[in-house]
Amino acid sequence: MNAIVTVVGQDKVGIIAAICIRLAEYNVNILDISQTILQGAFTMVMAVDVSKATATIGELGAALAELGSEMELSIRIQREEIFDAMHNI
Amino acid sequence: MLNQKEILSTIEMIDQQHLDIRTITMGISLLSCCDPDPRRACDKIYEKITRYAEKLVRTGEDIEREFGIPIVNKRISVTPMALVAGASETGDYVPFALAMDRAAQTCGVNFIGGYSALVQKGMTLADEKLIRSIPEALARTELVCSSVNVGSTKAGINMDAVALMGRIIKDTAEATRDRDGLGCAKLVVFCNAVEDNPFMAGAFHGVGEAEKVINVGVSGPGVVHHALQAVKGQPFDVVAETVKKTAFRITRMGQLVAQEASRRLDTPFGIVDLSLAPTPAVGDSVARILEEMGLEICGTHGTTAALALLNDAVKKGGVMASSSVGGLSGAFIPVSEDEGMIAAAKAGTLCLDKLEAMTCVCSVGLDMIAVPGDTPAETISAIIADEAAIGMVNCKTTAVRLLPAPGKTVGGTIEMGGLLGSAPVMPVHPESSAAFIARGGRIPAPMHSLKN
Repeated sequence: MNAIVTVVGQDKVGIIAAICIRLAEYNVNILDISQTILQGAFTMVMAVDVSKATATIGELGAALAELGSEMELSIRIQREEIFDAMHNI
Repeated sequence: MLNQKEILSTIEMIDQQHLDIRTITMGISLLSCCDPDPRRACDKIYEKITRYAEKLVRTGEDIEREFGIPIVNKRISVTPMALVAGASETGDYVPFALAMDRAAQTCGVNFIGGYSALVQKGMTLADEKLIRSIPEALARTELVCSSVNVGSTKAGINMDAVALMGRIIKDTAEATRDRDGLGCAKLVVFCNAVEDNPFMAGAFHGVGEAEKVINVGVSGPGVVHHALQAVKGQPFDVVAETVKKTAFRITRMGQLVAQEASRRLDTPFGIVDLSLAPTPAVGDSVARILEEMGLEICGTHGTTAALALLNDAVKKGGVMASSSVGGLSGAFIPVSEDEGMIAAAKAGTLCLDKLEAMTCVCSVGLDMIAVPGDTPAETISAIIADEAAIGMVNCKTTAVRLLPAPGKTVGGTIEMGGLLGSAPVMPVHPESSAAFIARGGRIPAPMHSLKN
């Protein structure tokens, strides 16, 4: 099952590293990363595979939110279907 | 393949434009709970609701977490209680409302709807007993919502029921006087009520429905408003297209959540109700969408046309996106629950007569409107009759949810808090309709009801 991780906030050193480490701890495989600076804000979208993850999406969401509050970023993980439903026919 | 822009636009809709699933409502048939002994009937009602809806709230929260989309309310609708209570040998129906309330509290839902009677053509003894118990039932419960259907295109308007409901609304306000007449916020009078509406206070589980069903209501006035900001000054064709595209996206999300909830709860999927349901939050207003189309203040000339376009485009966009669109689907115009409507009413631009005109083209009716506490019952009945006539002749659902707050006069405000918001008290015409309401009987169904 695939999910989308989105990260938005102030750019700083080590954002991608910290998130990748946290995802690896839960055995989440990263499929694709795209990152830009959008109107001054660091913006990253990751497609990840959570089928072998050691935690549920709900738990991953909580872990990423915690990391987000430490780093003053908004980090979330959502199942891919929600975006597919809204943008693809 | 998804691109970054699409993903971020969804995030922005949720974060900044208040996109949410407004409600997952489980409809439960209580017809199997009928029992000559009222106490046993109430036990059966409590047992069945809590058994079927045991996992409703938890499942809703799981979906919310996994998909990252807020699901604001989890609710239950049941068979119109007059049909269930009618089997019991008792004159007091309030215990049935208490059983519903207890079951709702146990399940952890926000509201339970279905303390209802369908009396469009006539009242059974049970219907009348239920209607007369509404003020006490709503005063003694917290989560129970009540509705009464007094007319339909097929049957006409039951004017005896209309007369009775005027008094019941007044009595309900009086019975909840200590809370500014809050009971009336949980009481709707319908014409052409629908059987699969997931929205409160008018939800009930129709007798044509299955044993249990999942209905989902999606919302998103903020998303539509935002989309229209990008097409300023362009012709209405563009406005309609923009609303349709936005409604399509929102409904697709609702369909996904509905199917997921249906699968996890092992309950058949019923319908997605695509309604632009505002909240008092800034940026979540239907009135502001109408103003975005070029009106200085909602309620001025042009408002009805703007609302007609909006209501229609929402349906057209939504209908392609779901396997089954139902409920009320369209745009709601509840005054107290819409920041822009409140402002327009306070400015004096939005008045009751204009709202009545707007209900000809919106998805429901006169909703969450505070009127002076000393408004005569007959005047309230006459407002209901007008609204029911609009519904009957135009083959659409109309409803009246008025709040005659005890002791309040024009210029005052009722504060209900939360999603119910605050309502400025609006003036009604002082001239009497008493002799009109005193006639009773039935207004016959219109010619075009004879379709067979």
